[in-house]
Amino acid sequence: MQVDLTSNYFELFGLPVGFDVDLQRLQSRYQELQKVLHPDNFAAASDAEKRWSMQAAATLNDAQATLKKPLARATYLLRMNDVDLDTETDTQMSPQFLMCQMELRERMEDISSKADPYSEVESVRAEISELTSETSAQFAGSFSSNDFAVARDFARQWQFLDKLARETDDIEAALDEA
Amino acid sequence: MAYSDKVLDHYENPRNVGTLDKDDPNVGTGMVGAPACGDVMRLQIQIDDDGVIKDAKFKTYGCGSAIASSSLVTEMVKGKTLDEVEQIKNKDIADELALPPVKIHCSVLAEDAIAAAIADIRAKRGENAA
Repeated sequence: MQVDLTSNYFELFGLPVGFDVDLQRLQSRYQELQKVLHPDNFAAASDAEKRWSMQAAATLNDAQATLKKPLARATYLLRMNDVDLDTETDTQMSPQFLMCQMELRERMEDISSKADPYSEVESVRAEISELTSETSAQFAGSFSSNDFAVARDFARQWQFLDKLARETDDIEAALDEA
Repeated sequence: MAYSDKVLDHYENPRNVGTLDKDDPNVGTGMVGAPACGDVMRLQIQIDDDGVIKDAKFKTYGCGSAIASSSLVTEMVKGKTLDEVEQIKNKDIADELALPPVKIHCSVLAEDAIAAAIADIRAKRGENAA
């Protein structure tokens, strides 16, 4: 097994470049490469080789974490094509999308005052999950047809949904503590 | 992260939270969002017959800095003309609130929201965007 730090994350694991990733294969390749880079294998190596192995292990971890999570993988694929999400500087989103976000946020804000907050959490979570599935499918479709501008829009929307999903988990955790 | 006193003040006592009638020809609505933190901001301004902003309302879902930025902006714009308000830059907001570098994008959100609200009102009045 070779570890080539100049290759992209997909090549690093011998996977085809694309949004669909065989997660089992990713995991087994990751474990193989981890073994190759294990510090025990570099006990007698030069300082330069030790440094390289540590850097390679860090890159390997980044690569695995990036390809494992669909949104991180989508963002990485766009960056490979010189497309940045400009998550901090570009604030223009479709008005309908923002309206939908506002409505979801309003529902989330009201959860704790509901008679049955847990069922409301579940209902909001199901809606976010459905929107996320739709958005990731739309990303995959536009990315595979090389329509990067549209793919970028969907990846940006996905970021909002990802944040909402995490906040829903926080709300539920807060209900458990109350 | 420690928020400045001004951010805390606006966060704990936000000014001008609410909505204006978006169908009113004298009301401009700006909606923007920042994917980085999933913040969503709606900012509305209402002008009188002389083109001076007499009311402003906002609703922001986001961190303390985003809420403070939009709250501050609603105070800054009142009594100003659209041309004057267009001069407000995110740096003015960030400086006033003493935002740390990692929160500058919250003030960008507020500047873009006000720009979008002005563009909306200009479009309603048949003016071309400046």
